[in-house]
Amino acid sequence: MRTIDSIIAELQAVASNPKKAMDDYKKATGKGAVGIMPVYSPEELVHAAGYLPMGMWGGSKSISKARAFLPPFACSIMQEVMELELEGAYDDLEAVVFSVPCDTLKCMSQKWKGKCPTITFTHPQNRKIAAANVFTKGEYEVVKEKLEQILGVKITDEAIENSIKVYNANRQAMRAFSDLAAEYPNIITPAKRHAVIKARHFMEKSQHTALVNELIEAVKKTEKQPWTGKKVILTGIMAEPDGLLDILQANNFAVVADDLAQEGRQFRVDVEENTGDPLMALAKAWQALDGCSLATDPEKPRGKMLIDMAKKYNADAVIVCMMKFCDPEEWDYPILIQEFEKAGVKNIQIEVDQEATSYEQTKTRLQSFSEIL
Amino acid sequence: MNVININEASAKELLGYYQAKLDEEAREAKKAGKLVCWSASVAPPEMCVAMDIAMVYPETHAAGIGARKGSLDMLAVAEQKGYNLDICSYARVNLGYMELLKQEAMTGETPEKLANSPAARVPLPDLVITCNNICNTLLKWYENLAKELDIPCIIIDVPFNHTMPIQRRCKEYIAAQFEEAIKILEKVCGRKFDYDKFLEVQKQVQRSVEQWNRVASFAQLEPSPLNGFDLFNYMGLIVCARARDYAEITFKRFADELQAKYEAGQYAFGAAENEKCRVAWEGIAVWTYLGHTFKTLKKEGAVMVGSCYPGMWSLVYKPGDMLSMAEAYTKIYINTCLENRANVLKETAEKSHSEGAVMHLNRSCKLMGFLNNEGGEYLTKELGIPYVSFDGDQTDPRNYSEAQYETRVQALVEMIQERK
Repeated sequence: MRTIDSIIAELQAVASNPKKAMDDYKKATGKGAVGIMPVYSPEELVHAAGYLPMGMWGGSKSISKARAFLPPFACSIMQEVMELELEGAYDDLEAVVFSVPCDTLKCMSQKWKGKCPTITFTHPQNRKIAAANVFTKGEYEVVKEKLEQILGVKITDEAIENSIKVYNANRQAMRAFSDLAAEYPNIITPAKRHAVIKARHFMEKSQHTALVNELIEAVKKTEKQPWTGKKVILTGIMAEPDGLLDILQANNFAVVADDLAQEGRQFRVDVEENTGDPLMALAKAWQALDGCSLATDPEKPRGKMLIDMAKKYNADAVIVCMMKFCDPEEWDYPILIQEFEKAGVKNIQIEVDQEATSYEQTKTRLQSFSEIL
Repeated sequence: MNVININEASAKELLGYYQAKLDEEAREAKKAGKLVCWSASVAPPEMCVAMDIAMVYPETHAAGIGARKGSLDMLAVAEQKGYNLDICSYARVNLGYMELLKQEAMTGETPEKLANSPAARVPLPDLVITCNNICNTLLKWYENLAKELDIPCIIIDVPFNHTMPIQRRCKEYIAAQFEEAIKILEKVCGRKFDYDKFLEVQKQVQRSVEQWNRVASFAQLEPSPLNGFDLFNYMGLIVCARARDYAEITFKRFADELQAKYEAGQYAFGAAENEKCRVAWEGIAVWTYLGHTFKTLKKEGAVMVGSCYPGMWSLVYKPGDMLSMAEAYTKIYINTCLENRANVLKETAEKSHSEGAVMHLNRSCKLMGFLNNEGGEYLTKELGIPYVSFDGDQTDPRNYSEAQYETRVQALVEMIQERK
């Protein structure tokens, strides 16, 4: 049996070098990869085609070429994606699937600079009515047809059903891992937790599930150590780069749960299995996804969900990881802070800029925040 | 309110009269215990108006505050509430205004910033209606309004049209939402939906739109009797009153005036020779510097004749046909793929004989701004006309530089002259 460190090292290697993970997959299967733009996509369709869905969650390049195509007030992650497009980083993909739940993504889908074709679909935003599911299913049908055309593969309902099961198993493993990380913060540091979760965006899901389950077993065999630091919940689009997470560790913050679009929001909701209508099942998962700034809901349940989460995990605070220039997230913030105040949930906002190389301001803020907790 | 003779008033007088009247009606409705709805600018008003609900349009209201130099106070209130500077300034002005109204309602005292504001007084809403055909920001904005005020929110979601022409499933989904909206209205109003009045309102919208498009068509004439900036001035009524005859009456008068002006040999800048060149404008107006943006062009003899923005209210559909209405509300050019969007831009520039384009890189509008360069390049490629881009903002005066705008306009006019 492998050690905790070696399993984590393998997942960290994937998370930090997606290109190698893709090349390995190609070598092993003879099939290629399809890019999945943030934030939500029916990845199961790509998986069902036998191709590797590759998450496209930006990078940490210094932005230069992208400046000619995006003004400085485009969000940090899309600046990175544009830079990577222009550098040819995505040119080995067979296709890229674009969801367009914000205005920036609508524009990004229309100014693709990579070589491969794009497949754009729109999520409905009046999500709770039945007609929304019918519409989503229609969009997914088109995504499926386009994938079939581009990849030259027939995607059967049976294959999609199977992929749904593979993905649900992964989601369950991820939820179990997230809970485990809360119990073993001495072993699973914020950066390690992130790497384990991020790796799922670049691996065939059943392989990722196997590794994560192996990791869970290995960790469970160790004795729980008391945690003397603080427990926090992260909310936002993502919490990167690692430099940011290292500050959390240095200040004795344990991440006990998250509400990040790149992490927990991806595996919060399972897709119904064996329905006989897998595309509709996938459509309904979008309807069931609550608490994301990109999934419209006038009830705005995110605050309540975070307050409940803080109670459940006995968290000391919520850290709002604000993606620089992400207006959907900025919109949720004024409501969140009112609700946090009312519920007595301590919170702080920090800026997420993938391009950042120094974090002095964040470091100071988190240090003083730690002192008041 | 001033009383005017509708039959004899000029279009400009009608515009001022009806704008004030709409606000007055909303205030009166509130006093009488009737319902008031705040609405996104290109959300369908047909259903609410059929139920006799008074409509208020926060975007137009915010633009008015901006034009009267009152936006900074409202922006400051929103910023204190935690609204990031990155968020659309229309929204921040409105959220600031809403916050002050809310404070007033709770304490019975008028906050100083509200008392001193040049803003037209409008009442708090009992419900809101939004539509994302011009941006998804309107979803987030109205989510927050509904949450802050704890009132119903009607959403008309028109999915981004990545594929043109408009797909049937989009129209069916939108039409289903009209039905859903009707159900919500029946519940909120406590009575059955008035389908007869609904049809009448739809017909009214068509008559308003017809006259609006007639006004816009004068910019195609050479020399142009229409100063394109007047479309920005009159836009308030196509937004706020297209479901009423106020818009139709005013635009008809304006179009008749333009016709008479043209026949008399009078143009946007007076004599024909004052029109030195013709330009298209892409983007929302810079309300806080509307005069400056206009005068700078005028100084160069550049008349603004082409803008896609007013065309967003060209909501032509068949009354009684829900799918047709759905299509009209979703096919707004910025809710479509780049190919279609660029073609609308090209057609606008072509029809208006524009010789260059001014692109507003609006700090408040990512959806319009992030494809500006692609649109401009398309104009250059297809029509051989130059474009310039300037940094601005619709209602946050801090994001605009007079000097930069002047330099860009001069550069554009030079490029146009070189090509002549």
